[in-house]
Amino acid sequence: MQYSDKEEWDMVIQPQTGWLDLHLKDVWKYRDLLWLFVKRDFTAAFKQTILGPLWHFIQPLFTTIVFLVVFGRIAKIPTDGIEPAVFYMSGITIWNYFTSCLTGTSNTFVANAGIFGKVYFPRLVIPLSVVLSNMVKFGIQFLLLLLLMIYYGIKNQHFYIGLSWLFIPLLVAMMALMGLGLGIIISSLTTKYRDFTVLIGFGVQLLMYATPVIYPLSYFKHSKYAAFIQYNPLSPLVETFRYAILGAGSYNSGMLLYSGSVILVFLAIGLIIFNRVEKGFMDTV
Amino acid sequence: MSNTVIKVENIAKQYRLGEVGTGSLSHDVNRWWHKVRGKEDPYLKIGDSNDRTQKGNTDYVWALKNINFEVKQGEVLGIIGRNGAGKSTLLKILSRTTAPTIGSIKIKGRIASLLEVGTGFHPELSGRDNIYLNGAILGMSKQEITRKFDEIVDFAGVERYINTPVKRYSSGMYVRLAFAVAAHLESEILIVDEVLAVGDAEFQTKCLGKMKDVSTNGGRTVLFVSHNMAAVKQLCNKGIILKNGAFEFEGSTLEAITHYQKISGLASSYFHQGTIQSALGNHNIRILKFSVQAISQDFITISSGLSFNIEFYNHNADINLDVTIELKTNDDLVILHIGKLVTQNKDSMRGIYFVSGELPPYFLNAGIYKFKVIFGQDQRIALYIKDDIVQFEVLNEAIGSNNFVRPGFSAFQIPFTHSFKQLEDAVATDY
Repeated sequence: MQYSDKEEWDMVIQPQTGWLDLHLKDVWKYRDLLWLFVKRDFTAAFKQTILGPLWHFIQPLFTTIVFLVVFGRIAKIPTDGIEPAVFYMSGITIWNYFTSCLTGTSNTFVANAGIFGKVYFPRLVIPLSVVLSNMVKFGIQFLLLLLLMIYYGIKNQHFYIGLSWLFIPLLVAMMALMGLGLGIIISSLTTKYRDFTVLIGFGVQLLMYATPVIYPLSYFKHSKYAAFIQYNPLSPLVETFRYAILGAGSYNSGMLLYSGSVILVFLAIGLIIFNRVEKGFMDTV
Repeated sequence: MSNTVIKVENIAKQYRLGEVGTGSLSHDVNRWWHKVRGKEDPYLKIGDSNDRTQKGNTDYVWALKNINFEVKQGEVLGIIGRNGAGKSTLLKILSRTTAPTIGSIKIKGRIASLLEVGTGFHPELSGRDNIYLNGAILGMSKQEITRKFDEIVDFAGVERYINTPVKRYSSGMYVRLAFAVAAHLESEILIVDEVLAVGDAEFQTKCLGKMKDVSTNGGRTVLFVSHNMAAVKQLCNKGIILKNGAFEFEGSTLEAITHYQKISGLASSYFHQGTIQSALGNHNIRILKFSVQAISQDFITISSGLSFNIEFYNHNADINLDVTIELKTNDDLVILHIGKLVTQNKDSMRGIYFVSGELPPYFLNAGIYKFKVIFGQDQRIALYIKDDIVQFEVLNEAIGSNNFVRPGFSAFQIPFTHSFKQLEDAVATDY
């Protein structure tokens, strides 16, 4: 039988597609699934625990206490005049969000090989759900930060609320996209050769020291490391986050723009190679 | 506009065997270097056919090669083959979990796969949550699932457990629920791989019924992979056979199953053993020969009729010896169980007896059948039983102008009578 080539097909399965064929429309079609994954991650994480989501409070709280002792009391690193507890916790909250997005998305293919091997859905749904369910976690931790700020606000008779608060959603979104972009790049690179998984484990920890989480950006202003820390695209995000909620620290729109463009580049590269890898990764994972 | 819904064109899939390490990295680099220079992938030219029992020359094998076929709307296609024939690879490519190395597949309509059910079930979540999650993974929208929710729970028969985490489910309940979700998916094409292995007989029947229902009444297309020939036969109306990654056969279900059994070593239609000492049997009976042949021609067909001949050694003297044969379909449905007393007055003798019989033309329809033979005493005590001693195939033949294989195991031609009554003109025209 002969058929003309003009026949309409809903789907054509082929070995290779164009570099820019990203199937983002498919992701939108599966938005219900995205939502269900977020819900699943959140409800399943604390099944059979007594404290439940309260556990989200405990980690930043303890980290703050440790940082207070080690970096505040022992190393005596200044905090730009900000109450040290608030300073550390604000840094930890936003930094945690970035790392949980990055580590959560960076093993997308390896961790989900079982389910990916059986049924097709846009693979991007998984890293997106990681970013979104971590956002819920971030929300809870942000609440804790607010409580801490209110406590010190009452104690010191000073509480800052300003227009800069409007920056917060933008900064959180930028952090999310940064974690997502880097995470999907790493997850795509680790399907066949797992070397990067080893790197990410300690890399993220080291990266924190190159970002103004435990020290203010001004601390290194005149040192030779200043450029290194300044050109870390994460630095402006953390620094601006602090500026946004506390009204103290530095704010530089040029640097923020720089971060934004780096994020877009990472995200674009990530989407392209992720899309490239998702078709054949089952054979090599 | 044709109603072809799946068109598989020249599909091939290459795998690299062995471990991933520095060796595979050098190949990857070499492949990339060829690509940069615009040359063909050097590793696509090599590669053995996928025979897992043979030691190969290279690390590359073709899990599938040169696969071409088409599936029409509403067809239930059985994909048959031995382990490693490439069935699952084909289904994986079809369900888009992996991409082909060469070739393309064109698909019309939504495709849903059931490659091992329960995909994405989270053990900590309740049955209810998992129905939503699994449904969404398979491509249903939330509304769609809500609309079908009661039907799914009802089909799975797990109403009592619906708010319990699925980790507390029995494995059977788990599969029931998973299959129920997938079966209610409104996709035009359904891919099913070995799902009927679990679940009790009642549920298996239910599944087969449901799948039959979606294809005949729903007009949906089903691709079915199973080693269960009875299920393939019951469900499918067309079959293809893969062998070592290559396309082997395409035809009606019955033809395909027959062919499959032929290539995978169908038991002989002739059993013969030379000496009494070594022959099949026990201290009572030794079977020397059991043969089945066409009566009037070389091949057994619907119209040829067949005869069977049994030759056996009897050790027990002075008993009432009987021989019973049981005729069965290949999936063990008994058609006939009939016996005869060979000696009636307790006068059997030690020695060789010959028993033969005939099945008339059109008694059996096309298909594969087996004989079981039972030697007994007084038609009450079994002396020796041999299951499936011979297996034979009845070939199809056109009856009238119709060349299709008809359903059923018998093609017995019963006489029909018919008559006609002329209506009065007024009644006929009024109608």
